[in-house]
Amino acid sequence: MNHVANPPNAPIPPPNPPSLYERRKQIYPKLAHGKFRMVKWVVMALTLGVYYIVPWIRWPRGEGIPDQAVLADFAGEKFYFFFITIWPQEIFYLAGLLIVATFGLFLVTSLLGRVWCGYTCPQTVWTDLYIWVERAFEGDRAARMRLDNAPWSLNKAVRKIGKHIVWLIIAFLTGGALILYWHDAPTIARTFFTGQAPLTAYFFAGMLTLTTYFLAGWMREQVCTYMCPWPRIQGALTDEYALNVTYRYDRGEPRGPLRKEQGFEGRGDCIDCKQCVQVCPMGIDIRDGAQLECIHCALCIDACDDIMTRVGRPTGLIAYDTDLAVATRAAGGKPVYKLLRSRTVLYAVLMLAISALILVGLAKEPTFDVNVLKDRSPPFVQLANGDVRNGYTLKLVNKATTARDTMVSISGLPGAEFEIIGLSKPDGAQEMELPLEQYGVDRFRLLVTAPAASLPHRSSLEITVLDPVTGESHTRSAAFMTAGAK
Amino acid sequence: MSDKHTEIDAHSGVETTGHTWDGIKELNNPLPRWWLIVWYISIAWAFIYMVLMPAIPALPGFGGTNTPGVLGLSDRTLVAEKVVAMNAERSVASQRLMAASLTEIQNDLNLQQFAMAMGESAFGDNCATCHGAGGRGAKGYPMLADDIWLWSGTLDGIEQTLRHGIRHEGDDATRFSAMPAFGRDKLLTSSEIDDLVQHVLSFSDRDTDASAAAQGSTIFAVQCASCHGVNAKGDRNIGAPDLTDAEWIFGGEPADITASISNARNAHMPAWQDRLDDPTIKALALYVHSLGGGE
Repeated sequence: MNHVANPPNAPIPPPNPPSLYERRKQIYPKLAHGKFRMVKWVVMALTLGVYYIVPWIRWPRGEGIPDQAVLADFAGEKFYFFFITIWPQEIFYLAGLLIVATFGLFLVTSLLGRVWCGYTCPQTVWTDLYIWVERAFEGDRAARMRLDNAPWSLNKAVRKIGKHIVWLIIAFLTGGALILYWHDAPTIARTFFTGQAPLTAYFFAGMLTLTTYFLAGWMREQVCTYMCPWPRIQGALTDEYALNVTYRYDRGEPRGPLRKEQGFEGRGDCIDCKQCVQVCPMGIDIRDGAQLECIHCALCIDACDDIMTRVGRPTGLIAYDTDLAVATRAAGGKPVYKLLRSRTVLYAVLMLAISALILVGLAKEPTFDVNVLKDRSPPFVQLANGDVRNGYTLKLVNKATTARDTMVSISGLPGAEFEIIGLSKPDGAQEMELPLEQYGVDRFRLLVTAPAASLPHRSSLEITVLDPVTGESHTRSAAFMTAGAK
Repeated sequence: MSDKHTEIDAHSGVETTGHTWDGIKELNNPLPRWWLIVWYISIAWAFIYMVLMPAIPALPGFGGTNTPGVLGLSDRTLVAEKVVAMNAERSVASQRLMAASLTEIQNDLNLQQFAMAMGESAFGDNCATCHGAGGRGAKGYPMLADDIWLWSGTLDGIEQTLRHGIRHEGDDATRFSAMPAFGRDKLLTSSEIDDLVQHVLSFSDRDTDASAAAQGSTIFAVQCASCHGVNAKGDRNIGAPDLTDAEWIFGGEPADITASISNARNAHMPAWQDRLDDPTIKALALYVHSLGGGE
């Protein structure tokens, strides 16, 4: 190896390059009061309520079928959602549902910015709940800061330990409630504590307990800022007309502390009280403009409105607005708001169209289904008398919750006879009865025999299964092969 | 590579390793601490694992095998446990299967489908090696899906063949017959065999040398008809194949037939009653019967 000294004309590096590591600053969000805080409490109660209550709702479907309204039944390979049952072969409906949800998210994002982040994202809801617990044990912002700076004492230890215990209980309830969606809720709620629940239940309950505790208790705003991909994607979804939580600098600037003797003549409405910063769960200053960190929870609007009312100025110094409108007002113009834009219309239309497709598909979903699988080995069988036989597997899916009898017949192959192993058919009958179990998949072995003399290497036949009661019938074609010429 | 040097890189203040590629120098940065911690844990875990699990092969004092590990786990015992668990899970249906006769099972759709599923997997594990997937057969191994049987195509007959095999040594109930090796044992001359082949070909309506076939006809009547029948339709009691159909287990070309007459085939199938349990044999009989040829 060559040892080469620094060339004499190498660029001189800066003496102390700045560290690329940003240390987390503890945030102590202050409790806000106002209409958006109220909306957030209501949304929290609704979302948590839905999450904890839904698995307990019963929805009778019939003998031997799970009666849980919402259930992802992996053992039974079905997904239940009230009146909808999704079988494994219809899993694309779930994809459709996710696409509708995605366009829904796109739509609200292009209308109201990060309203999902601010109100309904689980990270936001559980962090809000954890901060509420923290506040109950340690007091509001100032008290919490004092406690953290104080030396350890019995009082401090009791408050901290109490907080963490309640956090862990909430975390466990969160993880525990998740598994209720995968199993019969009353059963798993009992077997979980008697040690008889499946290992996956303990694993996922444990995992969700840990993630809830760490993400909502310890990491909080860092999840949104560093881990979540959604803020990055949203940049592409919003435009200059999307309503965002915005500081109206046209009204607020120049800012400055309020002095008793001085009115608001010749200055902005912002009195630089920093209440908007203190209530912010992300620890940012909304007056710096749109920022990646801002989850648009609107708590700064509440805080600012409170102050504006107290100093006798109109509310709405921080409000849902657009940068474009603020800039237009600052320049003396009249702002324009557009809810109907090509992108919002497009998202809404796509959402409706896909929802309609799903609903039509579900409504027209057949009550039973037929699959025919031809034997690949052997492809055909030469019988002693010169006839040729082909074997098939019939897979019949009966989605009805009762057993039923169907009639099976074949056509399209002259002189062909058929039989089904295990079932007897009167000689020469053109169709035969096929009993289907309730709500399941039945497999039958079908043998078709035909005189081979006239048949080519490959011809086709139709297999029809008819429910004589409802008149619903399904026909599938299948290949019939012989040793004949290709 | 390991020259002593103490060059400090001016940009970063880090010591260099002394390795230079095209003027680019390698910094001797320390390994990340998390990586080192994980590495040390892995080493410690390796030792714990060696104690707990089967690990070191051929240590003296372990009888030539590996150390068994404190936990005493082995894949073999795990498989044995799983087999026991599977049999327990199947026991209800298996008992019903054993209690019912083969024809009763055929008339009970549920039991039939259970037996078919069980038979299908057992066939794949044990039979398909020779008889092919779906019983399609191969040269020397009969097709099981057609209606041509060497010994028997009834449920009971198939079960009998499965249990005792064909020409299986050490099983008194095995299906047995022995065709002489006419050529190898010099019972017939090679020209006699050629004539006989021409005659055998004529059973399945193929072009033959008429005079040779006539010669062969006399030989057939003396040597072959006692087992294969005067009209060559075969005899299932002794597993003598029908020579008039288009099915030839060992091939129907003149060369194949010459080889069959000269050396005799007398193929074997093992007896399965000592290898498979009764429910499996029963399920296999039903499965083979359902492949299409069942009588």
